[in-house]
Amino acid sequence: MIALKKIACHSWQLLRTISGDDAYERYLEHWHTHHANAGDQPLERKAFFKAEQNRKWNGVRRCC
Amino acid sequence: MKNITTPAKKMSLLGILIWIGIAILGASAVGAIALHRGESINSVWFIVAAVCVYAIGYRFYSAFIAAKVLMLDASRATPAERLNDGRDFVPTNKWVVFGHHFAAIAGPGPLIGPTLAAQFGYLPGTLWILIGAVLGGCVQDFVTLFFSTRRNGRSLGQMARDELGPIGGVAALVGVMMIMIILIAVLGLVVVNAMKHSPWATSTVAATIPIAVLIGLYMRNIRPGRVLEGTLIGVALLLLAVAGGGWLDQQPELRQWFDYDGPTLALMIIAYGFAAAVVPVWLLLAPRDYLSTFMKIGTMLLLAIAIIILRPDVKMPAFTQFIDGTGPIFGGALFPFVFITIACGAISGFHSLISSGTTPKLLANEADARFIGYGAMMVESFVAIMAMVAATVLDPGVYFAINSPAGIVGKEAADAVATINSWGFPVTVAQMQQLATEMGETTLFARTGGAPSFAVGMASIFSDAFGRGMLSMWYHFAIMFEALFILTTLDAGTRVGRFMLQDLLGNIYKPLGRTSWYPSVFLTSGIVVSAWGYFLYMGTLDPLGGINSLWPLFGIANQMLAAIALCVATTIIIKSGKLRYAWVTAVPLTWLIIITSTAAWEKLFSPELRIGFLSHAQDLAAKLAAGTLPPDKAATAPQLIFNDYIAATLTAFFLVTTWILVLDTLRVAYRIITGKPHLPLSEAPHEPSRAVENWVRD
Repeated sequence: MIALKKIACHSWQLLRTISGDDAYERYLEHWHTHHANAGDQPLERKAFFKAEQNRKWNGVRRCC
Repeated sequence: MKNITTPAKKMSLLGILIWIGIAILGASAVGAIALHRGESINSVWFIVAAVCVYAIGYRFYSAFIAAKVLMLDASRATPAERLNDGRDFVPTNKWVVFGHHFAAIAGPGPLIGPTLAAQFGYLPGTLWILIGAVLGGCVQDFVTLFFSTRRNGRSLGQMARDELGPIGGVAALVGVMMIMIILIAVLGLVVVNAMKHSPWATSTVAATIPIAVLIGLYMRNIRPGRVLEGTLIGVALLLLAVAGGGWLDQQPELRQWFDYDGPTLALMIIAYGFAAAVVPVWLLLAPRDYLSTFMKIGTMLLLAIAIIILRPDVKMPAFTQFIDGTGPIFGGALFPFVFITIACGAISGFHSLISSGTTPKLLANEADARFIGYGAMMVESFVAIMAMVAATVLDPGVYFAINSPAGIVGKEAADAVATINSWGFPVTVAQMQQLATEMGETTLFARTGGAPSFAVGMASIFSDAFGRGMLSMWYHFAIMFEALFILTTLDAGTRVGRFMLQDLLGNIYKPLGRTSWYPSVFLTSGIVVSAWGYFLYMGTLDPLGGINSLWPLFGIANQMLAAIALCVATTIIIKSGKLRYAWVTAVPLTWLIIITSTAAWEKLFSPELRIGFLSHAQDLAAKLAAGTLPPDKAATAPQLIFNDYIAATLTAFFLVTTWILVLDTLRVAYRIITGKPHLPLSEAPHEPSRAVENWVRD
């Protein structure tokens, strides 16, 4: 039962990562370990999402 | 330097026995589909053959390439680790990268190509999909991904410039632009043919636009960044739109609002393409992409399950008489046109752009390149096999009735049926009428482009596997699903074309290069949209259906890009002192050069009117001059003649570019082998991976 729950948790996490659902959480984690001492604040959720989408679509993203 | 990917110990006896078993099973399955000459054959043989061929290819051939040719080094830091910026370069879990990479490479191509190539019978296409993928396409994706990873994630164009010189770089850039234009035109044509005089399909496809916008607003303003939530709501709305289209089709008042002919729909798609290219990405493109990726993966899984549950019989013969080049769907003999028609699914040059784009910047470990590069292409190839099954489970008569253009079999249903019967494929007007009614369409004759026949095949498989009586729903679901990601490719492609053009024009006049300056955005989007819009619109006027001339052109362009990628890869392999392994990329390269050159030559100079662009143009011009054309045909003839010359110019351009590149590659290879001065290997210096060190220390 516990093993099953673990697998379910793991798959859910994988799905969130693949779809980009947890991108903001990952960004915060990255920001706190790499840029936290710069003195400024991390991006708001909305601002982050907007910046990410603009960046991602700047090149060949999809194929035939 | 220790090579981590080489298995440390020899395979166990059990392992050897299992692989011998897989080999025997695979060989029997391939033998069964190759030698079978009866009424029908079970589709389960296709699935078994494919899975065994892929398993053996992956386990042995890709391992050989990984260990001997490329020498993947898991202890070497990847660009994602060295240049980690938390944005473009991020070390990522290999399953996540696999998901992203697969979603990026899998488009509508592998569904359309096999459907069209089924006119030769099931066997040529199936064999090419399997052999082409294992020895060509997977190898191309794998080596390109690896070489780009070794070069800090450089693009194919940059690698071509670094390794071959400026000619290679320019060829890659121009090639990409051309493919984009032709690809978008032909995909637009597929959607137009699926929506022609079908209010249900048109209204459903139209509904995908406001749904995407709604989800875009939701993910930006209401629940920022909640991708899964937004996508699930969007998918529910899309399913509702399919059902809603069915209701709308029953309303005589409403349905006429969505009933259009081909040229009108083409103009609408062109207007839509322009709008999609200039609005912000979050509003339309990004949410549409989430929805289409979700739909694509979900539907493909469902189709695989349905085929395995149902195990339908393939009714198409192994070969048809059309291998001689007289086929109704596209003109041209088995060699070389089956290899041109099935590009995606066997080998697709476009993939090399993805493999040298975002994916190499995400690899946490160099050794993952095998799983992601080789593995994702195998899955795409499997999608192509399923498309082949969906096309060939139809009665051959029905398949030809749906896919043959009116210009070949005749406009009237009775004429079309008579022509198809004369080829030896039984089908009746009543049967086609009943099928159309079941699918919720007025007619299914001459619905060229592959999408309707794929949808009929998929609908019959789904309704048999998951309960009958839902045929029309499944059919329009399939049309919606194909149109959804075709339009995503159209949006994304137009935008990429726009960026590349802005980049180019920015060298001439600086402000034109600014991607946020509206005059430049409108100008460049307009240029790109008119380029593909021209081919799309001409395709809808063409009595032979447009697919006949555009699809081979797309195939040639796509294979040319693959040839560029393989030229670069072969050069790098030779430069790294592994001449004796250069055949790994040189053999598929040689094959591609043979097929693209032959196909381009035939498209240019064949005296057969349905193959040669020039002879078709001359024939039409002669008829026009003699006044033997009926008035409606005479009106469009000058445009069609002009179109033939444009297509011929493009074909000649592809042919010449390919050969310039090949000769340039040979020149560089000769200089390397004879020790003459040449451009050095542009690989980034070796840096040990900290991840592995830590792991070793623990």
